Amino acid sequence: MSIDSMFVHKMWDDHELSKMVDGGVPFPMLSDAGGKIGRLFGIFNEAAGVENRGRFIIDPEGVCQGYEVLTPPVGRNVQETLRQVQAFQLVRETKGAEATPSGWRPGKKTLKPGPELVGNVWKEWKTEMAFE
Amino acid sequence: MAEEVEVGCARPTGGPVGEPVEEAAEEKSKPVEKEISMIHVGEKVPDFVAPGYQQGKFINVKLSDYLGKWTLLCFYPGDFTFV
Repeated sequence: MSIDSMFVHKMWDDHELSKMVDGGVPFPMLSDAGGKIGRLFGIFNEAAGVENRGRFIIDPEGVCQGYEVLTPPVGRNVQETLRQVQAFQLVRETKGAEATPSGWRPGKKTLKPGPELVGNVWKEWKTEMAFE
Repeated sequence: MAEEVEVGCARPTGGPVGEPVEEAAEEKSKPVEKEISMIHVGEKVPDFVAPGYQQGKFINVKLSDYLGKWTLLCFYPGDFTFV
């Protein structure tokens, strides 16, 4: 979503993005002319009159589980976004019985919060695992 | 005559003649004049409707139509802003 019109979105998709993604961008490219929705989400940059690079993870109930906001010149990390979605999905599937420690990726060890784990995370999780 | 400008990753904007020129917003940081209300994690996001473009069609999208799915909502400064 940006303040560009849907016509500009079409031109961008037709003439540039479709050269990077076969068939063009598959998801909706939304228009927020005037920035009303950007203000609603707190990421509208009033000085520049544009949206900052805000990214929100919204769960099936419509609850925001996480967000990241960057200024214009730095792009996002899609892999990290997908990793976070996978982590939130795991937590949801286990109804909170499992939590994902720093550095977790799908298939890696989760932690099971409870009385036995208090003060014992060091036995279950090593610092190197944050960087794997 | 029109002067040539350097392009960055923010969308360039103009303003009334005679007022101080806004420097490229990506380069500066000044105190925010009014409080911006940010979304809170763990709380429901506000619903909205927005026009858009998808796969050759112009569409209207309502965020709440995506209830039941994991949804990523991404904002960016403008089309063709490089990164």
